[in-house]
Amino acid sequence: MQIPEATVLQLLFSGKEWEYRRQRAVKKHRPQSRMEQRPGQYERTIMRIALRIALAASAALLTLGVAQAQEKTLKIGTEGAYPPFNNLTSDGQLVGFDIDIAKALCDEMKVKCTFVAQDWDGIIPALQAGKFDAIVASMSITPERAEKVDFTHKYYNTPPAIVAPKDSDIKGVTKEDLAGKTIGVQAATTHFNYSSKIYTDSTVKPYPTAQEYQLDLANGRLDAANDDIVVLQQWLDSPDGACCKLVGAIKPVVEIHGPGAGIAVRKGETDLVNQFNAAIDAIRANGKYKEINDKYFKFDVYGGDS
Amino acid sequence: MSATATVVERPPPRAQGWPRRRIIGYALVCLWIAFGVGLVSYLVVAWNSELFAKYAPSYLQGLGVTLSLVGISITLGAILSLPVAYARMSKNRILSGLAYCYVYFFRGTPLLVQTFLVYYGVGSFKPQLEMVGLWGFFREAFNCGVFAFALNTAAYQAEILRGAIESVPKGQWEGAASLGLHKLQTLWKIILPQALIVALRPYGNELILMIKASAIVAIITVYDLMGMAKLAYSRTFDIQAYIWVAIVYLVIVEILRHGIEWIERRITIHLKR
Repeated sequence: MQIPEATVLQLLFSGKEWEYRRQRAVKKHRPQSRMEQRPGQYERTIMRIALRIALAASAALLTLGVAQAQEKTLKIGTEGAYPPFNNLTSDGQLVGFDIDIAKALCDEMKVKCTFVAQDWDGIIPALQAGKFDAIVASMSITPERAEKVDFTHKYYNTPPAIVAPKDSDIKGVTKEDLAGKTIGVQAATTHFNYSSKIYTDSTVKPYPTAQEYQLDLANGRLDAANDDIVVLQQWLDSPDGACCKLVGAIKPVVEIHGPGAGIAVRKGETDLVNQFNAAIDAIRANGKYKEINDKYFKFDVYGGDS
Repeated sequence: MSATATVVERPPPRAQGWPRRRIIGYALVCLWIAFGVGLVSYLVVAWNSELFAKYAPSYLQGLGVTLSLVGISITLGAILSLPVAYARMSKNRILSGLAYCYVYFFRGTPLLVQTFLVYYGVGSFKPQLEMVGLWGFFREAFNCGVFAFALNTAAYQAEILRGAIESVPKGQWEGAASLGLHKLQTLWKIILPQALIVALRPYGNELILMIKASAIVAIITVYDLMGMAKLAYSRTFDIQAYIWVAIVYLVIVEILRHGIEWIERRITIHLKR
């Protein structure tokens, strides 16, 4: 994509320099200059510059067209800090359920896919800015987000839950149970929205990623945390999560949590949405989805049909 | 103006016509004006009173957090900078070496790293801190922010203070000593009044830098101005959230800048000729 711009600049610049040199030559030899006396010289120069610009523009368009014709890869944005759904390994590889699902969908759609890791709170603006073409990052389909992006059908749906330290006196997941407690959540998530709306008697603290509230839960700054049950369970099963226990699952509220996690694309790209939807249905039907599901989970994360 | 006539050089004649430099100048100014008009008209067009009503109070609250965070840190830093500056100028090798290391570390590493070290690093020493009864302090993110910021700004302020004191000629110390003044008296009555004039601008810069740097506490879960903007943005995905916060920071910095200039005019009145 950079080549056309460079070409335009180069052509324009050389045109400008050429003009500059010509004028200097004219000044030097004035008034005997042949060039000065030639009628229509000025118009001809203008014409020549215009021609150069036109040439540069058409060259740019041509290269752009060629580049687009060659580009059949889809860029997928994901977070890379939300195991087991998407995670960056220590050697920089993206792994997880989202990644495997995205790869399966790309195979189904017969396109080549590349992945981009992007911080969660900037993932929708990055999509809109064209850094990638689709978000496969366990993004819940919510009305707020649907105003900015288009969603496919859900590709999984798991309930949210509350965790707390093992010696905690928190008995349940209601507002009363958590009154006066400090709850950690990842910022810009449905869990944050839910916590700040429901647990109004508690302090809700937003963290950039899940890892950070997990750290603060382990060192005791937090009394509880709210996130997806699968993510929390994965952490509890790891050595880092030894401090804590699952208090219970929260019944999802459709207005806040939405029908599940979907794939987000830029507004108006209906073709891509349809392709993704068809591919989701296809991998659900041909067993590929179940294969990936079983690789990560002991239960079905797709949830009921909705 | 002094009584002696000064020779004023005649300014060069105003350039005639439209030389290239003038054209470029006008074009650039027009560009900036267009940019400003564009920004203002965008804000007017995108004005959403519903959003404003929803988020303006939280911005105000965030502004309060930012100002108190910076105010407390700067004050604590100023107090802490006194012994550090003293140690830095001390003839005692160990003392000045320690102070140098302190300043070197806090000026040589990003504030973000220091804040993270304090917030998450201290968090992993919870049992030890509980034993000495400090965990209650470090449990709060705001306190961690103040702690990191105060340490950081103390290093900078110590250097500002040291530079300013050392900028006062040695003869002032010697003159005071010959009059039989005590060292502390000399410092308080003779050196500091001269040094603080030199230090005022750097202090102002430090304050402005701290105001801007304070935006990073949003990462350790403190809802300051920037934290509130992030929150608003994550709910609305409207870039206005950040434009407004930039404007608020700009206004604070502009007020501070004028305040510092006013103070400078006041305290340098005796130097005006």
